Amino acid sequence: MFTELNSILNTSPESFTPGEFILLSDRQSDASFLIHHFLSFYLKARCKVCFVALVQSFSHYHAVSQRLGVSLTQAKEKGQLIFLEGLKESLSVFLPQEENPDHQAMSFLRDPAAGLRSLYEFVQSSVVGSSGGGGASAEQWGPPVLLMDDVSVLLSLGVRVGAVLDFSHYCRTTVCSQLQGDVVMLVRCDGEAEEDYADDEGSEQLMRGLTHQSCLTLHVQGLPTGYCRDIHGQVEFCWKKRQSDGQHAPKKVFQFKVHDKGVSFFARGTSRAVL
Amino acid sequence: MAAPVKSVDKPPAECSPLNFTSFQKKSRSKSLSIPGTRPSVQNGQLLVSSGVTSLDYLLGGGLAVGTVLLIEEDRYDSFSRMIFKYFLAEGVVCRHELFVAAAQDDPDDILQELPAPILDDVAIHRPGEQPRMSCEPQDTLDAMKIAWRYQNLPKVQSALASSSRFGHYYDVSKTMEPEIRQAAKWHRFYHPEHPPLSSGTHSPKLESYSALLKSLRDVIQREGFDLTAPLPKSRNILRVGLHSLGSALWGDDLCCHDNPKNVHALTSFLYGLRALLRTSLSVAVVTVPSHLIQDRALMGSITRLCDNAIALESFKGSERETNPLYKDYHGLLHVRQVPRLNCLASHLPDHKDLAFKLKRKQFTIERLHLPPDLSETVSRVSKGELAGAATAAAACSSATSSAKHLDF
Repeated sequence: MFTELNSILNTSPESFTPGEFILLSDRQSDASFLIHHFLSFYLKARCKVCFVALVQSFSHYHAVSQRLGVSLTQAKEKGQLIFLEGLKESLSVFLPQEENPDHQAMSFLRDPAAGLRSLYEFVQSSVVGSSGGGGASAEQWGPPVLLMDDVSVLLSLGVRVGAVLDFSHYCRTTVCSQLQGDVVMLVRCDGEAEEDYADDEGSEQLMRGLTHQSCLTLHVQGLPTGYCRDIHGQVEFCWKKRQSDGQHAPKKVFQFKVHDKGVSFFARGTSRAVL
Repeated sequence: MAAPVKSVDKPPAECSPLNFTSFQKKSRSKSLSIPGTRPSVQNGQLLVSSGVTSLDYLLGGGLAVGTVLLIEEDRYDSFSRMIFKYFLAEGVVCRHELFVAAAQDDPDDILQELPAPILDDVAIHRPGEQPRMSCEPQDTLDAMKIAWRYQNLPKVQSALASSSRFGHYYDVSKTMEPEIRQAAKWHRFYHPEHPPLSSGTHSPKLESYSALLKSLRDVIQREGFDLTAPLPKSRNILRVGLHSLGSALWGDDLCCHDNPKNVHALTSFLYGLRALLRTSLSVAVVTVPSHLIQDRALMGSITRLCDNAIALESFKGSERETNPLYKDYHGLLHVRQVPRLNCLASHLPDHKDLAFKLKRKQFTIERLHLPPDLSETVSRVSKGELAGAATAAAACSSATSSAKHLDF
């Protein structure tokens, strides 16, 4: 996890607000480094994490998390992390070799227009299983957390926007309201916000719908002045509800640079390349 | 996974009881020594050359094994096809296996058009031909009397055992010799040969793409490129070349309609391709005629499903061809996406304004720089004005263009 990001968000693995829906979004940029931050953050906070990874393989997250100080294989063995590797499971749906059991998480790929019910059932079984059967396992984990990387690839696979919004609503109800856990989702968008893209109704609509449902949004964009090798973009933080102290502003903008072992955030114009 | 060098042999579960730390020295494991590959200096990924050395440099050393390179075709598919052929030719020279899929041309024809490699240092295996070092007979090669200057040079290898060089250069005016080409093992998928069979599933995927994915999966599993199965002793890389996906010849209507019926066919296929590649020792190059796809958002989602993405914009046929600003180049090259593989950071290109030129022995990609302004006019003519002034230049009168230039 990135310490500068923790100080900006005013959280730490020991104390964070439960029951939050955090949305990571990007526009013509790549916000996946934030997913790595939240993954290591919640694992260090001893929460039970359900990670739905739809675009990268397990070893990718494992390699990055090792640099951030968390071992995903150990977390999986201990039962703290439930990892759905979407790529691997999708192959068995696209190219069925033998009879597959029907209760697979990615079986919605057979008929994407029907919705994401199977995926929701997988999420529900993994998060509810933790708090329900606590007596059997040796260690008690904290509140459950759902991480999704990323949601907009579901649109590319043929799922309707409404189905994805329904799925996120169901997840939010189960994880945030009932179990007081957190949900972090990554959504990616391609077009310009101002132009009226009739074609991009899908991902714009999805982003707007998810932003409405979330209570904290981190929006990653490129620099408005163009491409720079030393500043990789800017992050816009947007809080929906005021926290108990109520001191901070609802919106903040920071610029960032991604290094090998972390990400540094700085106020606009204070990059080391400029000063 | 995109095949990091150190951990391909051992699945992660095996490592944990033996290690006290998670740090593993790279020299411990029996690292893969597949000819034609090298580990990346940035993150230890296994890289293969794309056939174009300047493209390798642009992409951070080469194409990572397990990833997809998307090439958005130029208008007449001339330069993207050239890069496609470079990629396959590099596979032949490095003794990798090839999988070529096309709907327009027969893969046999594509392979016959591959450019000839310029092999100075490594000889081609020709049975019965003596190495022509000098007039010395072979038994007294230890002490050369006449050509003693050649004494210390390495001996010419008689077999193309391992191309120790990473990238090769090709001569596009000649085609690859049949002996070299036939030494390569390759598989083909020609779309007209696979008639559509009716499937029962109601999926958004097209028959052609499903058949292609299935054929690729069969090749990967049969020839031992699958990383989940126990690997054979000698490993090799499979180079997958998919030509012109999304075009109408594949049965897809992405390029024909504004609101295509099978919007998600190509993206579902690319998702399946990504899944296949991440679990096998293969690299894919996919070309897509993006200039025919009207929906920019769709192009965005196609790009996000691939790892590396470049777009070629050639000057052929446009007014830029005769523009003196661009006279040194054949077109512009845009880097649309670079991947983050197994690490947080990615290799970002230094500059985004790149232009390419296809020379006989090299495909160069360099930073676009304007030629020096050696004309008599004081101010540099902009690109838009030049197009109009070019027609007036024949009249060669300063009166017509004096309004644009400061006249001292």
